[in-house]
Amino acid sequence: MIEKIGIENLLILSALMFFIGVYGFLVRKNLITMLMSVELILNAVNINFVAFNRYFYPEKLQGHFFALFVIAVAATEVAVAIAIIISLYRKIRTIDVEKASEMKY
Amino acid sequence: MEQVLFYIFAGMILVFSVLTVTSRRILRAAVYLLFVLVAAAALFFLMQFEFLAAVQLTLYAGGIIVLIIFSVMLTSHVSEKLEPVKFGKAAFAFAASAAGAALTVYTLLSYPFPEVSAAEIDTSMKRIGSELLGYQANGYALPFEVISILLLAGMLGVIIIAKRSEK
Repeated sequence: MIEKIGIENLLILSALMFFIGVYGFLVRKNLITMLMSVELILNAVNINFVAFNRYFYPEKLQGHFFALFVIAVAATEVAVAIAIIISLYRKIRTIDVEKASEMKY
Repeated sequence: MEQVLFYIFAGMILVFSVLTVTSRRILRAAVYLLFVLVAAAALFFLMQFEFLAAVQLTLYAGGIIVLIIFSVMLTSHVSEKLEPVKFGKAAFAFAASAAGAALTVYTLLSYPFPEVSAAEIDTSMKRIGSELLGYQANGYALPFEVISILLLAGMLGVIIIAKRSEK
C-alpha cells in the first residue's frame, strides 16, 4: 500500500472529508444531522492519525491508539448528545436548533 | 490492485460524505454516513490496522449508526423531508469550507514530507494489549483509565438525563 500511494492522497482525502463535515455543521439546522457532521469530522481526523502512524512511524503505534481513544470519545459523545436531543424533543416537540432556544428546565 | 482499491474507497468516502450533508431525508443521510464509515474501515484494513478497522466497524458502523437511526425514528417521521437550505446560508458555508479546504490542500502539497519509512508494522493483538496496559515507555495505561472514567461519567449522565425527563 504505502509504496504505491503517497501520503498526500490520504491527507487530501481526510482534509476534504473534514471540510465537508464543517459545511454540513454550518448548513444543517436539525440537531441529529449536525451530530452526523461531527462524526464525519472525527473520522477525518482518525484517518489522518492512522496515515501519519503508518507512513512515518511504523515502529510505534501512537496514531493507532489515538484513533482508538477518539472513537471511544465519539461513542460517549453520541450517547450523551442523543439523550439530550430526545429529552429536548419530549419537551418542545422539535429538534430544530433555531426553535430550541430555551434550555431551561 | 491496492491503488485501484484505494481510489474506489476514497471516491466512496467523498461522494457519500457529500450526500450525508446534503440529503434532505434524515434516514438516508444516516445510511450514507454508514457507507462513509465502512469505507474508512476499509482504508484502515488497507493500511494493515486490522484491530482498528474491526473497532471502527463494530463501534461506529454497528453501534453509533444504530443509535442515530433509532433517534431519527423517535424524533421525526420516516417520510419527512427537511426544508431546503437558504441559498445565502449555503453559499457562505460553502465559501468558508472551500477556503479552508483550499488552504489545507495547498499547504499539504507544498510541504516537503520526510522520506517514508518502509518498515513493516506490527499490529498483533499481543502488542496492542501489552501497550494499552503498559506503564513504561510506549504504554497507554493512563489514557486507558481516563477513557474508562469518561465512559462511566457518560453512562451516568445519560441515565440521569433520561430519568429527569420522565415526569
